[in-house]
Amino acid sequence: MHEQLFIKLEWPYPVKWNLEKEASTDILILGGGIAGCWAAIAAAKKGAKVILVEKGSTIRSGAGGSGCDHWESAATNPCSRVTPEELAVAMIKDHYGYNNGISHYIECREGYDRLIDLEKMGGKIRDLDDEFKNAEFRDEKTKFLFAYDYENKFTLRVWGTTFKPALYKECKRLGVEIYDRVMATSLLTEGGKQGARVVGATGVHGRTGEFFIFKAKATVLCMARPTRVWLFSPALPGISEFRPLQCNGDGHAMAWKAGVEFTLMEKSIKGQWSGERSYPPYGTGNTHNTWYACNMVDANGKEIPWIDRDGNILTNISQRYYPAPGQKFFLKGGGESDFHLYDFQGPDTFPVEQLLEKGFKLPFYADLPSMPELERKAIWGLMVGQEGKSKIPILQSYSDEGFNPNDDLLQSYGEGWTSASFLPRERQLFGLPGGILNDWKLRTNIEGLFAAGDQLFAADCNGHAAATGYYAGRHAADYAINASESAINYQQVTSERTRIYSLVDRINGFGWKEFNMHISRIMQNYCGEIKSDDLLNIGLKLLEDMEQNEAPKLYARNPHELIRSLEVLNILTNAKIIIHACLARKASSKYLHFIRSDYPEIDPPEWYEFITIKLMNNNVKVSEKDIEYYGSLKDNYEIVNKEYINRRNT
Amino acid sequence: MNEKIYAIPDFGISNPITFNPDICIGCNKCMEVCQVDIFIPNVEKKKPPLVLFPAECWYCGCCVNECPKPGAIKLNPPLMNRVYWKRKNKNVG
Repeated sequence: MHEQLFIKLEWPYPVKWNLEKEASTDILILGGGIAGCWAAIAAAKKGAKVILVEKGSTIRSGAGGSGCDHWESAATNPCSRVTPEELAVAMIKDHYGYNNGISHYIECREGYDRLIDLEKMGGKIRDLDDEFKNAEFRDEKTKFLFAYDYENKFTLRVWGTTFKPALYKECKRLGVEIYDRVMATSLLTEGGKQGARVVGATGVHGRTGEFFIFKAKATVLCMARPTRVWLFSPALPGISEFRPLQCNGDGHAMAWKAGVEFTLMEKSIKGQWSGERSYPPYGTGNTHNTWYACNMVDANGKEIPWIDRDGNILTNISQRYYPAPGQKFFLKGGGESDFHLYDFQGPDTFPVEQLLEKGFKLPFYADLPSMPELERKAIWGLMVGQEGKSKIPILQSYSDEGFNPNDDLLQSYGEGWTSASFLPRERQLFGLPGGILNDWKLRTNIEGLFAAGDQLFAADCNGHAAATGYYAGRHAADYAINASESAINYQQVTSERTRIYSLVDRINGFGWKEFNMHISRIMQNYCGEIKSDDLLNIGLKLLEDMEQNEAPKLYARNPHELIRSLEVLNILTNAKIIIHACLARKASSKYLHFIRSDYPEIDPPEWYEFITIKLMNNNVKVSEKDIEYYGSLKDNYEIVNKEYINRRNT
Repeated sequence: MNEKIYAIPDFGISNPITFNPDICIGCNKCMEVCQVDIFIPNVEKKKPPLVLFPAECWYCGCCVNECPKPGAIKLNPPLMNRVYWKRKNKNVG
């Protein structure tokens, strides 16, 4: 390395610590990932003035910016044999009710509409070049390619590397005012009061340090879920988690401080993806998701058998893509949750432990060469290639190194199929984690504030982010039409400015990485796999000590470091939210991966509900919410979306 | 707060992005597309950007994907992320 190149190298951008810019809009979108872009597009199409604030670079920002290989839950596509109701109910049941019925119904009902929109913007969603002509998974009339369940055809294989630039272009075309490299730092509320109407937000520029005040009639939170809470790699911080470094849950932290109500934040799972213990996602031999349903062999080349949900061995490859006898449809090919419900369970291999008992030898390998040609090309070339972070780091890099899908066996790592070996206390928010509680308009509990994508509880994929983003943007625009002008409380703005710039005045103290490492150590020790009031309370106290004693010593030497340091303060807040949520659920739950040594009974019926938490006058208020609070999916959806339904039908 | 601000690198342990200065035209498209903002512009015009924060790289490869000059920029996955494969029916790596 050539550190000397950088010695006394001046910061390349003009530094504007003392400048501030104020902008006013109808709709303020915070976060320019998939959900944020769609929210901006929906609101702009309704004629609203829209500002979008993005910490990175909107053209590729967010967890889904680099690509997307399959579009789930497109239940309304012309080839689908399931209804949005059937599919959403299956998704809810498959997680024992701990799911966001509203957001996933929106995904099932409108997700396909967003795909068609994408095609009009220049995204590729069909096999127009006839690369896969006559493939079993291709519909010859529409040229759609399907994945997983070829009978029911509700998941499409797509060319998602084309999506984000298309969305960006459409935002520009519609006149959305985009503020790239600006981190939203706080929500502004009426009178500066917690729980009062949201009237805008503050931000800071990651290259210049300039301060921003955004005033809005309605605000849509579209930022990432919390990351780097348990998992942090000081050597390779950029791959601490599955999601990008700067997708760290700023939105959760600022919403919490504003008084927004959260649920399921007690749920975390043993790490599955990324970090030093993991291999590149989609880059090792496996049978799931992007690699469904690849042949596998053991160390001696012995073929690993596939079974249906009843344990019957499947005799040919094609059977892996169809429901079992008597089953209407199955959900994404197995392995997504540990507790697949029999009704929707798809084909899979024998579990690894059973394979070892049967004499199969490690390591296992993905055997692409023995797959039918079009299936092989669909996995290696289409899905590995179009999926996020797979085109350059996997498809191109491996090819450059000589990997040939026609000849080579790709090794599998970790515990069988997974590409990682995490410890139980190394946790992350994955597999429908907690987030903001929403109603049927994707409103939060606070007036003027909506949420979409990964900010919602039980959020997952690109299609979910797109559908909920568009939906929240549309409803926010409807709200703004009748909303009164908002008034900023400048005392609140001043205190936020002071908080931010105090970091750049310091010389000695802690850098952001040391700070982050300390949070993750506390969370692993006191909010790991086994939880109890005693442990959680110590963890909470240590986090509060950090907030009081160490946070005032956190420094930033340039605008870029200022962003990183503000992020770890948000991570600290998110860690506290998680501990408060864990303290609030005094029962263990298999389905929430939640073990309490002081309340060992698993899933007692009296705790079968959503526990919600929020701040009121800076005190944590715990409430309960019925597990089916969303009511009838179809009826409630249709009540609040009459205009959309009418427009779609004409 | 008004003192001179410096570009202080964060090298970590990795070298995620390398440039071929003979091919790179210094258009900075890679820099502008990077959501983590790990690059800064070179002090010399038409030269490759500097990777100021390599430790923060997410290895998405969007910078390489955006580059208009093939071979100008390369993504180098961390060594410990290198994956093993073998030729079917042969034991060669």
